[in-house]
Amino acid sequence: MSTTEILFFFLSAMAIFSAIMVLISKNPIYSVLWLVVTFFAISGHYILLNAQFLAIVNIIVYAGAIMVLFLFVIMLMNLNQQHEPQKGLWMKLAGVISGGCFMMVLVSLVRQAVDLKSKEALTFGGDIGLIKNLGRVLFSDYVVPFEITSVLFLSAMVGAIVLGKKD
Amino acid sequence: MPIQYYIYLCLALFSIGIIGALTRRNVIVVFMCIELMFNAVNLLLVAFSKMHLGMAAISDKASTVGTDGQLFVFFIMVVAAAEVSVGLAIIVMLFRNTHSVDINFLNRLKN
Repeated sequence: MSTTEILFFFLSAMAIFSAIMVLISKNPIYSVLWLVVTFFAISGHYILLNAQFLAIVNIIVYAGAIMVLFLFVIMLMNLNQQHEPQKGLWMKLAGVISGGCFMMVLVSLVRQAVDLKSKEALTFGGDIGLIKNLGRVLFSDYVVPFEITSVLFLSAMVGAIVLGKKD
Repeated sequence: MPIQYYIYLCLALFSIGIIGALTRRNVIVVFMCIELMFNAVNLLLVAFSKMHLGMAAISDKASTVGTDGQLFVFFIMVVAAAEVSVGLAIIVMLFRNTHSVDINFLNRLKN
């Protein structure tokens, strides 16, 4: 077993375990912290795929900014385990069964796909994920979507302020 | 790594996100499960971009195939950040009006 495989399986196990812990934690704060662990595992996968820019952006934007926003909101509401609403056992079972059926259907589809046979994702190779290449393409071919994104951010900011304002 | 492994991993993460969105009633946890689904899709996009690069690099060493996939991931992250800021503002407003984060309170919208 090569080092890449060991790293892949370790990061995958970490991601899936912490994603399951997000679901079964009763306290929402623990859910947020487990989700941060999931995002770090996914960033590790990005580094394994040599997508270094996305790895850093994932850590800064997701684990850093978005999750801190979630934590702020949870602490603002002063939620804890006593106030945690729970669905009935049958509803939980139905949700797990339907999600599992979805996964089973897609897994069997991927197992039979002829197009995916003997295709490899290049790990530790190729430099398209480096910031030099991505920046050049972003500011030449994708400059219009980039500017539209800034308008989207401005409108999201205005929307958040208008919604959050006490009327 | 074979591309199937990445597909299985992302399917597992996406399904966990779906199960969470179906089984939890806390609206913040439902929102977090949606973020988990976003991340599964992002990881799959990066894996496929590296798959196409690996196939193109056999004939051309300096190929930049797959850059578009990684930029799509970047834009998805940007849109997700905007979505989170608006969504959390809506959740805060909901909490201020109903003093609860129970998603079942929202079923009054159907009337």
